[in-house]
Amino acid sequence: MYVGGKARDMTVGALNAADLRRDARQEHWTMLGLTVPALLLVTVTMLVPIVWLFSLSFLADDGAFSLEHYRRMLEQPSYGRNFIVTFEISLLTTAIAIAVGYPLAYVLAQLPPRAANLCLIAVLLPFWTSLLVRTYAWLVLLQRQGLINKWGIAQGWWSEPLALVHNFSGTLIGTVHIMLPFLILPVYGTMKSIDGSLMNAAANLGASPVRAFWSIYFPLSLPGLAAGALIVFILSLGFYVTPAVLGGGKVTMVSNRIANDIEIFFNWGAASALGVVLLTLTLVIVYAAARLLGLSRIAGAGHAP
Amino acid sequence: MRWLSQPASATQVTHGSRLWLYALAALVLAFLTLPTLIVVPMSFSGSQYLEFPPRQWSLRWYQSYLGSASWMQATRTSFAAGGLTMLLSTPLALMAAYGLNALRGRWAAIIYAALLTPIIVPVILVGIAVFYAYVRLKLVNSLMGIVLVHSILAIPVALIVIASALKSYDMNQELVARSLGAHRLKAFLLITLPQIRFAVITAAVLSFLTSFDEVVVALFVSGGDNSTLTRNMFNALRDQIDPTIATISTIMIVVSSLLLAVAQLFGRPKKQ
Repeated sequence: MYVGGKARDMTVGALNAADLRRDARQEHWTMLGLTVPALLLVTVTMLVPIVWLFSLSFLADDGAFSLEHYRRMLEQPSYGRNFIVTFEISLLTTAIAIAVGYPLAYVLAQLPPRAANLCLIAVLLPFWTSLLVRTYAWLVLLQRQGLINKWGIAQGWWSEPLALVHNFSGTLIGTVHIMLPFLILPVYGTMKSIDGSLMNAAANLGASPVRAFWSIYFPLSLPGLAAGALIVFILSLGFYVTPAVLGGGKVTMVSNRIANDIEIFFNWGAASALGVVLLTLTLVIVYAAARLLGLSRIAGAGHAP
Repeated sequence: MRWLSQPASATQVTHGSRLWLYALAALVLAFLTLPTLIVVPMSFSGSQYLEFPPRQWSLRWYQSYLGSASWMQATRTSFAAGGLTMLLSTPLALMAAYGLNALRGRWAAIIYAALLTPIIVPVILVGIAVFYAYVRLKLVNSLMGIVLVHSILAIPVALIVIASALKSYDMNQELVARSLGAHRLKAFLLITLPQIRFAVITAAVLSFLTSFDEVVVALFVSGGDNSTLTRNMFNALRDQIDPTIATISTIMIVVSSLLLAVAQLFGRPKKQ
Protein backbone atom coordinates (compact mmCIF):
# COMPACT_ATOMS: atom_id res chain seq x y z
CA MET A 1 0.00 0.00 0.00
CA TYR A 2 2.58 2.52 1.14
CA VAL A 3 4.88 4.01 -1.46
CA GLY A 4 7.91 5.54 0.22
CA GLY A 5 9.37 8.99 -0.40
CA LYS A 6 12.20 7.86 -2.62
CA ALA A 7 10.02 5.63 -4.76
CA ARG A 8 7.69 8.51 -5.50
CA ASP A 9 10.24 10.15 -7.79
CA MET A 10 10.86 7.05 -9.79
CA THR A 11 9.04 6.24 -12.94
CA VAL A 12 6.47 3.49 -12.68
CA GLY A 13 8.60 1.18 -14.72
CA ALA A 14 11.53 1.44 -12.33
CA LEU A 15 9.45 0.26 -9.41
CA ASN A 16 10.24 -3.33 -8.86
CA ALA A 17 9.16 -5.94 -6.41
CA ALA A 18 12.36 -5.77 -4.36
CA ASP A 19 11.98 -2.04 -3.76
CA LEU A 20 8.37 -2.44 -2.74
CA ARG A 21 9.27 -5.16 -0.31
CA ARG A 22 12.04 -3.05 1.17
CA ASP A 23 9.65 -0.14 1.56
CA ALA A 24 7.04 -2.35 3.21
CA ARG A 25 9.67 -3.66 5.63
CA GLN A 26 10.84 -0.17 6.41
CA GLU A 27 7.28 0.96 6.96
CA HIS A 28 6.72 -2.01 9.26
CA TRP A 29 9.74 -1.14 11.41
CA THR A 30 8.89 2.57 11.50
CA MET A 31 5.41 1.80 12.77
CA LEU A 32 6.78 -0.65 15.32
CA GLY A 33 9.22 2.06 16.38
CA LEU A 34 6.37 4.44 17.15
CA THR A 35 5.08 2.06 19.83
CA VAL A 36 8.51 1.65 21.45
CA PRO A 37 8.49 4.69 23.78
CA ALA A 38 5.18 3.68 25.36
CA LEU A 39 6.23 0.01 25.56
CA LEU A 40 9.56 0.98 27.11
CA LEU A 41 7.90 3.15 29.74
CA VAL A 42 5.40 0.43 30.70
CA THR A 43 8.12 -2.23 30.80
CA VAL A 44 10.64 -0.25 32.84
CA THR A 45 8.19 1.37 35.23
CA MET A 46 5.83 -1.51 35.81
CA LEU A 47 6.78 -4.92 34.45
CA VAL A 48 10.37 -4.95 35.71
CA PRO A 49 9.44 -3.87 39.27
CA ILE A 50 6.61 -6.43 39.36
CA VAL A 51 8.90 -9.27 38.29
CA TRP A 52 11.43 -8.07 40.84
CA LEU A 53 8.78 -7.98 43.56
CA PHE A 54 7.43 -11.40 42.62
CA SER A 55 10.88 -12.94 42.90
CA LEU A 56 10.70 -12.12 46.62
CA SER A 57 7.81 -14.53 47.07
CA PHE A 58 10.13 -17.47 46.37
CA LEU A 59 12.79 -16.39 48.85
CA ALA A 60 13.02 -17.17 52.55
CA ASP A 61 14.29 -14.54 55.01
CA ASP A 62 17.85 -15.76 54.52
CA GLY A 63 17.62 -15.28 50.76
CA ALA A 64 17.47 -18.97 49.84
CA PHE A 65 14.80 -20.39 47.54
CA SER A 66 11.73 -21.56 49.44
CA LEU A 67 8.00 -21.88 49.07
CA GLU A 68 7.28 -21.01 52.70
CA HIS A 69 5.19 -17.95 51.79
CA TYR A 70 2.91 -20.06 49.64
CA ARG A 71 2.78 -22.83 52.24
CA ARG A 72 1.76 -20.32 54.90
CA MET A 73 -0.97 -19.03 52.63
CA LEU A 74 -2.43 -22.54 52.50
CA GLU A 75 -1.99 -23.18 56.22
CA GLN A 76 -3.35 -19.95 57.66
CA PRO A 77 -7.13 -19.78 57.32
CA SER A 78 -7.06 -15.95 57.42
CA TYR A 79 -5.63 -15.88 53.88
CA GLY A 80 -8.45 -18.08 52.65
CA ARG A 81 -10.94 -15.71 54.27
CA ASN A 82 -9.38 -12.76 52.40
CA PHE A 83 -9.90 -14.54 49.10
CA ILE A 84 -13.47 -15.53 50.00
CA VAL A 85 -14.38 -11.95 50.95
CA THR A 86 -12.76 -10.68 47.75
CA PHE A 87 -14.80 -13.05 45.60
CA GLU A 88 -18.00 -12.34 47.56
CA ILE A 89 -17.64 -8.59 47.08
CA SER A 90 -16.69 -8.96 43.42
CA LEU A 91 -19.50 -11.37 42.53
CA LEU A 92 -22.17 -9.44 44.45
CA THR A 93 -20.98 -6.15 42.97
CA THR A 94 -21.18 -7.59 39.47
CA ALA A 95 -24.63 -9.09 40.10
CA ILE A 96 -26.07 -5.90 41.60
CA ALA A 97 -24.49 -3.74 38.89
CA ILE A 98 -26.17 -5.92 36.25
CA ALA A 99 -29.51 -5.90 38.07
CA VAL A 100 -29.71 -2.10 38.36
CA GLY A 101 -27.42 -1.00 35.52
CA TYR A 102 -29.02 -3.01 32.71
CA PRO A 103 -32.54 -1.55 33.16
CA LEU A 104 -31.10 1.98 33.30
CA ALA A 105 -29.11 1.41 30.10
CA TYR A 106 -32.28 -0.02 28.51
CA VAL A 107 -34.30 3.09 29.34
CA LEU A 108 -31.45 5.41 28.24
CA ALA A 109 -31.15 3.61 24.91
CA GLN A 110 -34.82 4.33 24.15
CA LEU A 111 -34.97 7.97 25.24
CA PRO A 112 -34.98 10.71 22.60
CA PRO A 113 -31.37 11.86 21.92
CA ARG A 114 -31.50 15.10 23.93
CA ALA A 115 -32.88 13.46 27.08
CA ALA A 116 -30.52 10.52 26.66
CA ASN A 117 -27.50 12.84 26.49
CA LEU A 118 -28.61 14.64 29.63
CA CYS A 119 -28.98 11.35 31.50
CA LEU A 120 -25.66 10.12 30.12
CA ILE A 121 -23.95 13.11 31.71
CA ALA A 122 -25.44 11.94 35.00
CA VAL A 123 -23.74 8.59 34.38
CA LEU A 124 -20.47 10.16 33.23
CA LEU A 125 -20.18 12.68 36.06
CA PRO A 126 -19.54 10.08 38.77
CA PHE A 127 -17.33 8.24 36.25
CA TRP A 128 -15.13 11.34 36.03
CA THR A 129 -15.25 12.19 39.71
CA SER A 130 -12.48 11.02 42.00
CA LEU A 131 -13.06 7.59 43.47
CA LEU A 132 -11.87 8.89 46.82
CA VAL A 133 -14.39 11.75 46.78
CA ARG A 134 -17.22 9.33 46.04
CA THR A 135 -16.10 6.95 48.76
CA TYR A 136 -15.92 9.88 51.18
CA ALA A 137 -19.46 10.89 50.22
CA TRP A 138 -20.72 7.44 51.18
CA LEU A 139 -18.88 7.63 54.49
CA VAL A 140 -20.69 10.92 55.18
CA LEU A 141 -24.06 9.44 54.22
CA LEU A 142 -23.80 6.07 55.94
CA GLN A 143 -21.95 6.66 59.21
CA ARG A 144 -23.68 6.46 62.60
CA GLN A 145 -24.22 10.21 62.76
CA GLY A 146 -24.63 10.34 58.99
CA LEU A 147 -27.48 11.67 56.88
CA ILE A 148 -29.27 8.40 56.31
CA ASN A 149 -29.32 7.48 59.99
CA LYS A 150 -30.43 11.01 60.97
CA TRP A 151 -33.25 11.02 58.43
CA GLY A 152 -34.32 7.49 59.25
CA ILE A 153 -34.55 8.30 62.95
CA ALA A 154 -36.26 11.65 62.34
CA GLN A 155 -38.88 9.88 60.21
CA GLY A 156 -39.30 7.25 62.90
CA TRP A 157 -38.30 4.38 60.62
CA TRP A 158 -35.77 3.10 63.13
CA SER A 159 -34.76 4.32 66.57
CA GLU A 160 -31.11 3.33 66.99
CA PRO A 161 -28.44 4.35 64.46
CA LEU A 162 -27.95 1.44 62.08
CA ALA A 163 -24.45 0.15 61.37
CA LEU A 164 -24.44 0.93 57.67
CA VAL A 165 -20.74 1.48 57.21
CA HIS A 166 -17.44 0.06 58.46
CA ASN A 167 -18.76 -3.36 57.48
CA PHE A 168 -19.52 -5.60 54.53
CA SER A 169 -22.69 -3.84 53.39
CA GLY A 170 -21.06 -0.41 53.43
CA THR A 171 -18.21 -1.70 51.32
CA LEU A 172 -20.66 -3.30 48.91
CA ILE A 173 -22.71 -0.11 48.50
CA GLY A 174 -19.56 1.91 47.81
CA THR A 175 -18.15 -0.63 45.37
CA VAL A 176 -21.40 -0.87 43.40
CA HIS A 177 -21.54 2.92 43.16
CA ILE A 178 -17.99 3.10 41.81
CA MET A 179 -18.48 0.24 39.33
CA LEU A 180 -21.93 1.01 37.87
CA PRO A 181 -20.76 3.32 35.06
CA PHE A 182 -18.30 0.64 33.90
CA LEU A 183 -21.29 -1.61 33.30
CA ILE A 184 -23.79 0.94 32.00
CA LEU A 185 -21.60 2.50 29.30
CA PRO A 186 -20.72 -0.66 27.30
CA VAL A 187 -24.28 -2.02 27.66
CA TYR A 188 -25.69 1.31 26.45
CA GLY A 189 -23.26 1.29 23.53
CA THR A 190 -24.33 -2.18 22.44
CA MET A 191 -28.03 -1.40 22.83
CA LYS A 192 -27.72 1.70 20.65
CA SER A 193 -26.36 -0.46 17.85
CA ILE A 194 -29.29 -2.90 17.93
CA ASP A 195 -31.43 -2.53 14.81
CA GLY A 196 -34.86 -1.31 15.94
CA SER A 197 -36.65 -2.94 13.03
CA LEU A 198 -35.91 -6.35 14.57
CA MET A 199 -38.29 -5.52 17.41
CA ASN A 200 -40.85 -4.31 14.86
CA ALA A 201 -40.54 -7.64 13.11
CA ALA A 202 -40.93 -9.57 16.35
CA ALA A 203 -44.07 -7.61 17.25
CA ASN A 204 -45.39 -8.01 13.75
CA LEU A 205 -44.97 -11.76 13.99
CA GLY A 206 -47.07 -11.78 17.15
CA ALA A 207 -44.47 -11.87 19.93
CA SER A 208 -45.58 -10.33 23.21
CA PRO A 209 -43.39 -7.46 24.50
CA VAL A 210 -41.83 -9.76 27.09
CA ARG A 211 -41.17 -12.52 24.58
CA ALA A 212 -39.71 -10.09 22.03
CA PHE A 213 -37.40 -8.68 24.66
CA TRP A 214 -36.07 -12.02 25.87
CA SER A 215 -35.72 -13.73 22.53
CA ILE A 216 -34.51 -10.80 20.39
CA TYR A 217 -33.30 -7.79 22.35
CA PHE A 218 -31.57 -9.41 25.30
CA PRO A 219 -29.40 -11.84 23.27
CA LEU A 220 -28.31 -8.96 21.02
CA SER A 221 -27.29 -6.88 24.05
CA LEU A 222 -25.28 -9.74 25.58
CA PRO A 223 -21.84 -8.79 24.16
CA GLY A 224 -21.97 -5.40 25.88
CA LEU A 225 -23.30 -6.94 29.07
CA ALA A 226 -20.57 -9.57 29.12
CA ALA A 227 -17.85 -6.99 28.50
CA GLY A 228 -19.22 -4.67 31.18
CA ALA A 229 -19.65 -7.47 33.72
CA LEU A 230 -16.09 -8.67 33.11
CA ILE A 231 -14.65 -5.18 33.59
CA VAL A 232 -16.61 -4.73 36.82
CA PHE A 233 -15.54 -8.13 38.14
CA ILE A 234 -11.84 -7.66 37.31
CA LEU A 235 -11.70 -4.16 38.77
CA SER A 236 -13.50 -5.33 41.92
CA LEU A 237 -11.01 -8.15 42.47
CA GLY A 238 -8.20 -5.61 42.89
CA PHE A 239 -10.17 -3.02 44.85
CA TYR A 240 -8.33 -1.29 47.67
CA VAL A 241 -9.59 2.20 48.53
CA THR A 242 -13.29 1.57 49.09
CA PRO A 243 -12.90 -1.47 51.41
CA ALA A 244 -10.14 0.37 53.28
CA VAL A 245 -12.36 3.40 53.95
CA LEU A 246 -15.86 1.90 54.13
CA GLY A 247 -14.88 -1.51 55.48
CA GLY A 248 -13.49 -0.07 58.68
CA GLY A 249 -10.86 -2.81 59.02
CA LYS A 250 -13.54 -5.52 59.05
CA VAL A 251 -13.54 -6.14 55.31
CA THR A 252 -10.05 -7.20 54.32
CA MET A 253 -9.91 -7.92 50.63
CA VAL A 254 -6.73 -9.35 49.12
CA SER A 255 -5.46 -5.88 48.16
CA ASN A 256 -5.92 -4.66 51.73
CA ARG A 257 -4.15 -7.71 53.07
CA ILE A 258 -1.21 -7.04 50.75
CA ALA A 259 -0.99 -3.45 51.99
CA ASN A 260 -1.25 -4.59 55.62
CA ASP A 261 1.51 -7.16 55.17
CA ILE A 262 3.81 -4.37 54.04
CA GLU A 263 2.71 -1.40 56.14
CA ILE A 264 2.25 -3.27 59.43
CA PHE A 265 4.37 -6.41 59.20
CA PHE A 266 7.03 -5.36 56.66
CA ASN A 267 6.62 -8.85 55.23
CA TRP A 268 7.48 -8.36 51.57
CA GLY A 269 7.62 -12.10 50.88
CA ALA A 270 4.05 -12.70 52.09
CA ALA A 271 2.70 -9.64 50.27
CA SER A 272 4.47 -10.69 47.12
CA ALA A 273 3.11 -14.26 47.26
CA LEU A 274 -0.42 -12.87 47.67
CA GLY A 275 0.24 -10.59 44.73
CA VAL A 276 1.32 -13.51 42.56
CA VAL A 277 -1.90 -15.38 43.34
CA LEU A 278 -4.11 -12.31 42.83
CA LEU A 279 -2.49 -11.41 39.52
CA THR A 280 -2.62 -15.00 38.29
CA LEU A 281 -6.34 -15.21 39.08
CA THR A 282 -6.97 -11.90 37.33
CA LEU A 283 -5.02 -12.87 34.22
CA VAL A 284 -6.66 -16.30 33.99
CA ILE A 285 -10.11 -14.69 34.10
CA VAL A 286 -9.16 -12.03 31.53
CA TYR A 287 -7.61 -14.66 29.27
CA ALA A 288 -10.61 -16.98 29.48
CA ALA A 289 -12.99 -14.10 28.78
CA ALA A 290 -10.81 -12.86 25.93
CA ARG A 291 -10.96 -16.28 24.31
CA LEU A 292 -14.72 -16.39 24.72
CA LEU A 293 -15.54 -12.83 23.69
CA GLY A 294 -12.64 -11.49 21.65
CA LEU A 295 -10.16 -9.13 23.31
CA SER A 296 -10.73 -6.09 21.13
CA ARG A 297 -14.35 -5.95 22.13
CA ILE A 298 -13.48 -5.90 25.82
CA ALA A 299 -10.79 -3.29 25.34
CA GLY A 300 -13.00 -1.08 23.23
CA ALA A 301 -15.99 -1.22 25.53
CA GLY A 302 -14.37 0.14 28.66
CA HIS A 303 -14.35 3.85 27.97
CA ALA A 304 -16.86 6.64 27.71
CA PRO A 305 -18.36 7.27 24.28
CA MET B 1 -52.87 10.78 31.47
CA ARG B 2 -53.27 9.62 27.89
CA TRP B 3 -49.50 9.17 27.73
CA LEU B 4 -49.73 6.17 30.05
CA SER B 5 -51.76 4.15 27.58
CA GLN B 6 -49.65 5.05 24.56
CA PRO B 7 -47.24 2.48 23.17
CA ALA B 8 -43.66 2.95 24.35
CA SER B 9 -41.98 0.86 21.72
CA ALA B 10 -42.55 -1.14 18.58
CA THR B 11 -43.83 -4.04 20.67
CA GLN B 12 -46.85 -1.96 21.72
CA VAL B 13 -46.00 -2.17 25.40
CA THR B 14 -47.61 0.89 27.02
CA HIS B 15 -45.78 3.49 29.10
CA GLY B 16 -48.20 2.69 31.89
CA SER B 17 -47.29 -0.98 32.07
CA ARG B 18 -43.62 -0.22 32.40
CA LEU B 19 -43.76 2.67 34.82
CA TRP B 20 -41.80 0.45 37.20
CA LEU B 21 -38.93 0.48 34.71
CA TYR B 22 -38.88 4.29 34.59
CA ALA B 23 -39.03 4.47 38.37
CA LEU B 24 -36.12 2.05 38.69
CA ALA B 25 -34.07 4.00 36.13
CA ALA B 26 -34.75 7.26 37.97
CA LEU B 27 -33.72 5.68 41.28
CA VAL B 28 -30.47 4.38 39.79
CA LEU B 29 -29.69 7.80 38.29
CA ALA B 30 -30.30 9.37 41.70
CA PHE B 31 -28.08 6.72 43.32
CA LEU B 32 -25.32 7.58 40.85
CA THR B 33 -25.38 11.35 41.18
CA LEU B 34 -26.85 12.48 44.51
CA PRO B 35 -24.31 11.03 46.97
CA THR B 36 -21.46 12.90 45.31
CA LEU B 37 -23.37 16.15 44.94
CA ILE B 38 -24.53 16.18 48.55
CA VAL B 39 -20.95 16.87 49.62
CA VAL B 40 -21.04 20.27 47.89
CA PRO B 41 -23.53 22.12 50.15
CA MET B 42 -21.97 20.46 53.21
CA SER B 43 -18.64 22.11 52.43
CA PHE B 44 -20.24 25.55 52.94
CA SER B 45 -21.19 24.73 56.51
CA GLY B 46 -20.43 27.18 59.30
CA SER B 47 -20.29 24.47 61.95
CA GLN B 48 -17.53 22.24 63.28
CA TYR B 49 -19.34 19.19 61.99
CA LEU B 50 -20.78 18.02 58.74
CA GLU B 51 -24.40 19.07 58.41
CA PHE B 52 -26.99 18.79 55.70
CA PRO B 53 -28.46 21.19 55.02
CA PRO B 54 -26.01 23.44 56.92
CA ARG B 55 -27.74 25.52 59.58
CA GLN B 56 -25.32 28.32 58.94
CA TRP B 57 -23.59 29.04 55.66
CA SER B 58 -19.97 30.16 55.59
CA LEU B 59 -16.71 29.90 53.73
CA ARG B 60 -14.67 29.09 56.82
CA TRP B 61 -13.61 25.66 55.58
CA TYR B 62 -12.47 27.14 52.28
CA GLN B 63 -10.45 29.68 54.25
CA SER B 64 -8.96 26.95 56.38
CA TYR B 65 -8.07 24.98 53.25
CA LEU B 66 -6.52 27.98 51.51
CA GLY B 67 -4.68 28.92 54.69
CA SER B 68 -3.15 25.49 55.22
CA ALA B 69 0.40 25.21 53.91
CA SER B 70 0.26 21.41 53.70
CA TRP B 71 -3.03 21.30 51.74
CA MET B 72 -1.74 23.99 49.38
CA GLN B 73 1.47 22.05 48.88
CA ALA B 74 -0.50 18.89 48.12
CA THR B 75 -2.75 20.76 45.69
CA ARG B 76 0.28 22.09 43.79
CA THR B 77 1.78 18.59 43.66
CA SER B 78 -1.43 17.06 42.33
CA PHE B 79 -1.82 19.67 39.59
CA ALA B 80 1.85 19.38 38.64
CA ALA B 81 1.71 15.57 38.57
CA GLY B 82 -1.55 15.65 36.56
CA GLY B 83 -0.19 18.16 34.05
CA LEU B 84 3.12 16.37 33.54
CA THR B 85 1.36 13.00 33.27
CA MET B 86 -0.88 14.46 30.59
CA LEU B 87 2.12 15.87 28.69
CA LEU B 88 4.00 12.57 28.84
CA SER B 89 1.26 10.02 28.25
CA THR B 90 -0.82 11.73 25.53
CA PRO B 91 1.98 11.93 22.91
CA LEU B 92 3.22 8.44 23.75
CA ALA B 93 -0.30 7.03 23.44
CA LEU B 94 -0.89 8.96 20.21
CA MET B 95 2.34 7.60 18.67
CA ALA B 96 1.55 4.06 19.77
CA ALA B 97 -2.04 4.28 18.52
CA TYR B 98 -0.87 5.56 15.14
CA GLY B 99 1.75 2.83 14.82
CA LEU B 100 -0.65 0.07 15.89
CA ASN B 101 -3.32 1.34 13.51
CA ALA B 102 -0.89 1.06 10.59
CA LEU B 103 0.50 -2.28 11.71
CA ARG B 104 -2.63 -4.32 12.46
CA GLY B 105 -2.04 -8.07 12.55
CA ARG B 106 -0.72 -10.30 15.28
CA TRP B 107 2.13 -8.10 16.52
CA ALA B 108 -0.19 -5.13 16.84
CA ALA B 109 -2.57 -7.21 18.97
CA ILE B 110 0.26 -8.33 21.26
CA ILE B 111 1.65 -4.81 21.70
CA TYR B 112 -1.85 -3.43 22.29
CA ALA B 113 -2.46 -6.03 24.99
CA ALA B 114 0.92 -5.28 26.58
CA LEU B 115 0.14 -1.56 26.69
CA LEU B 116 -3.21 -2.28 28.35
CA THR B 117 -1.71 -4.37 31.18
CA PRO B 118 -1.43 -1.39 33.59
CA ILE B 119 -5.22 -1.24 33.92
CA ILE B 120 -5.58 -5.01 34.27
CA VAL B 121 -2.92 -5.51 36.95
CA PRO B 122 -4.43 -4.72 40.38
CA VAL B 123 -3.24 -1.24 41.22
CA ILE B 124 -2.02 -2.24 44.68
CA LEU B 125 0.58 -4.46 42.99
CA VAL B 126 1.75 -1.59 40.82
CA GLY B 127 1.97 0.53 43.96
CA ILE B 128 4.09 -1.80 46.07
CA ALA B 129 6.24 -3.08 43.20
CA VAL B 130 7.11 0.44 42.12
CA PHE B 131 7.69 1.44 45.74
CA TYR B 132 10.08 -1.48 46.13
CA ALA B 133 12.01 -0.42 43.03
CA TYR B 134 11.91 3.31 43.85
CA VAL B 135 13.44 2.79 47.29
CA ARG B 136 16.52 1.44 45.55
CA LEU B 137 16.50 4.09 42.84
CA LYS B 138 15.94 6.90 45.40
CA LEU B 139 12.80 8.02 43.53
CA VAL B 140 10.36 7.71 46.47
CA ASN B 141 8.63 11.02 47.27
CA SER B 142 9.86 12.61 44.05
CA LEU B 143 7.58 14.31 41.53
CA MET B 144 9.27 12.47 38.67
CA GLY B 145 8.58 9.15 40.38
CA ILE B 146 4.85 9.90 40.64
CA VAL B 147 4.62 11.16 37.06
CA LEU B 148 6.28 8.03 35.64
CA VAL B 149 3.84 5.64 37.35
CA HIS B 150 0.81 7.81 36.70
CA SER B 151 1.79 7.95 33.04
CA ILE B 152 1.76 4.18 32.65
CA LEU B 153 -1.69 4.14 34.29
CA ALA B 154 -2.86 6.88 31.91
CA ILE B 155 -1.41 5.42 28.69
CA PRO B 156 -3.98 2.57 28.40
CA VAL B 157 -6.88 4.99 28.85
CA ALA B 158 -5.48 7.45 26.30
CA LEU B 159 -4.59 4.63 23.93
CA ILE B 160 -8.10 3.13 23.96
CA VAL B 161 -9.68 6.51 23.22
CA ILE B 162 -7.28 7.47 20.40
CA ALA B 163 -7.14 3.98 18.86
CA SER B 164 -10.91 3.79 18.54
CA ALA B 165 -10.96 7.21 16.84
CA LEU B 166 -8.24 6.14 14.38
CA LYS B 167 -10.16 2.98 13.61
CA SER B 168 -13.03 4.96 12.13
CA TYR B 169 -10.69 7.46 10.40
CA ASP B 170 -9.95 6.99 6.71
CA MET B 171 -6.15 6.87 6.46
CA ASN B 172 -6.34 7.36 2.67
CA GLN B 173 -6.77 11.08 3.34
CA GLU B 174 -3.27 11.18 4.77
CA LEU B 175 -1.96 9.15 1.82
CA VAL B 176 -3.48 11.69 -0.56
CA ALA B 177 -1.65 14.52 1.20
CA ARG B 178 1.60 12.60 1.02
CA SER B 179 1.19 11.71 -2.62
CA LEU B 180 0.75 15.45 -3.24
CA GLY B 181 4.18 15.97 -1.72
CA ALA B 182 3.55 16.61 1.98
CA HIS B 183 6.06 15.16 4.40
CA ARG B 184 4.57 12.37 6.49
CA LEU B 185 4.67 14.34 9.75
CA LYS B 186 3.17 17.38 8.05
CA ALA B 187 0.43 15.24 6.51
CA PHE B 188 -0.34 13.81 9.94
CA LEU B 189 -0.39 17.19 11.67
CA LEU B 190 -2.46 18.98 9.02
CA ILE B 191 -4.83 16.24 7.89
CA THR B 192 -5.17 13.48 10.47
CA LEU B 193 -4.70 15.26 13.79
CA PRO B 194 -7.44 17.88 13.27
CA GLN B 195 -9.92 15.11 12.51
CA ILE B 196 -9.13 13.02 15.55
CA ARG B 197 -8.70 15.99 17.87
CA PHE B 198 -11.80 15.12 19.88
CA ALA B 199 -10.22 11.83 20.86
CA VAL B 200 -6.84 13.46 21.56
CA ILE B 201 -8.38 16.14 23.79
CA THR B 202 -10.45 13.51 25.61
CA ALA B 203 -7.34 11.36 26.02
CA ALA B 204 -5.37 14.29 27.43
CA VAL B 205 -8.14 15.21 29.87
CA LEU B 206 -8.55 11.61 30.99
CA SER B 207 -4.78 11.32 31.46
CA PHE B 208 -4.80 14.37 33.70
CA LEU B 209 -7.70 13.00 35.73
CA THR B 210 -6.14 9.54 35.97
CA SER B 211 -3.21 11.12 37.77
CA PHE B 212 -5.18 13.77 39.66
CA ASP B 213 -7.61 11.21 41.12
CA GLU B 214 -5.16 8.36 41.69
CA VAL B 215 -4.87 7.23 45.32
CA VAL B 216 -3.23 3.85 45.77
CA VAL B 217 0.09 4.37 43.99
CA ALA B 218 0.33 7.85 45.47
CA LEU B 219 -0.06 6.35 48.97
CA PHE B 220 3.11 4.37 48.46
CA VAL B 221 5.36 6.50 46.25
CA SER B 222 4.41 10.07 47.12
CA GLY B 223 5.08 11.77 50.40
CA GLY B 224 6.85 14.59 52.18
CA ASP B 225 6.89 17.77 50.10
CA ASN B 226 5.51 15.86 47.15
CA SER B 227 2.50 14.34 48.85
CA THR B 228 -0.53 14.41 46.57
CA LEU B 229 -3.95 15.77 47.47
CA THR B 230 -5.53 12.32 47.34
CA ARG B 231 -2.85 10.85 49.61
CA ASN B 232 -3.42 13.54 52.24
CA MET B 233 -7.18 13.13 51.92
CA PHE B 234 -7.00 9.36 52.34
CA ASN B 235 -4.92 9.70 55.48
CA ALA B 236 -7.18 12.44 56.86
CA LEU B 237 -10.32 10.33 56.20
CA ARG B 238 -9.16 7.68 58.60
CA ASP B 239 -8.90 9.84 61.70
CA GLN B 240 -10.98 12.98 61.26
CA ILE B 241 -14.21 13.83 59.58
CA ASP B 242 -14.34 17.60 59.42
CA PRO B 243 -15.72 19.70 56.60
CA THR B 244 -12.23 20.45 55.20
CA ILE B 245 -12.42 17.14 53.33
CA ALA B 246 -15.86 18.12 51.99
CA THR B 247 -14.29 21.38 50.78
CA ILE B 248 -11.48 19.60 48.98
CA SER B 249 -13.95 17.08 47.58
CA THR B 250 -16.02 19.96 46.21
CA ILE B 251 -12.95 21.45 44.55
CA MET B 252 -12.12 18.09 42.99
CA ILE B 253 -15.70 17.69 41.74
CA VAL B 254 -15.49 21.16 40.17
CA VAL B 255 -12.17 20.29 38.48
CA SER B 256 -13.62 17.05 37.05
CA SER B 257 -16.82 18.72 35.86
CA LEU B 258 -14.92 21.58 34.21
CA LEU B 259 -12.65 19.15 32.38
CA LEU B 260 -15.64 17.05 31.30
CA ALA B 261 -17.26 20.22 29.94
CA VAL B 262 -14.02 21.21 28.16
CA ALA B 263 -13.79 17.83 26.48
CA GLN B 264 -17.46 17.99 25.45
CA LEU B 265 -17.39 21.58 24.17
CA PHE B 266 -14.04 21.97 22.43
CA GLY B 267 -13.57 18.57 20.99
CA ARG B 268 -17.02 17.44 20.01
CA PRO B 269 -16.85 16.15 16.44
CA LYS B 270 -18.78 18.25 13.97
CA LYS B 271 -22.04 16.74 12.82
CA GLN B 272 -21.88 15.99 9.14
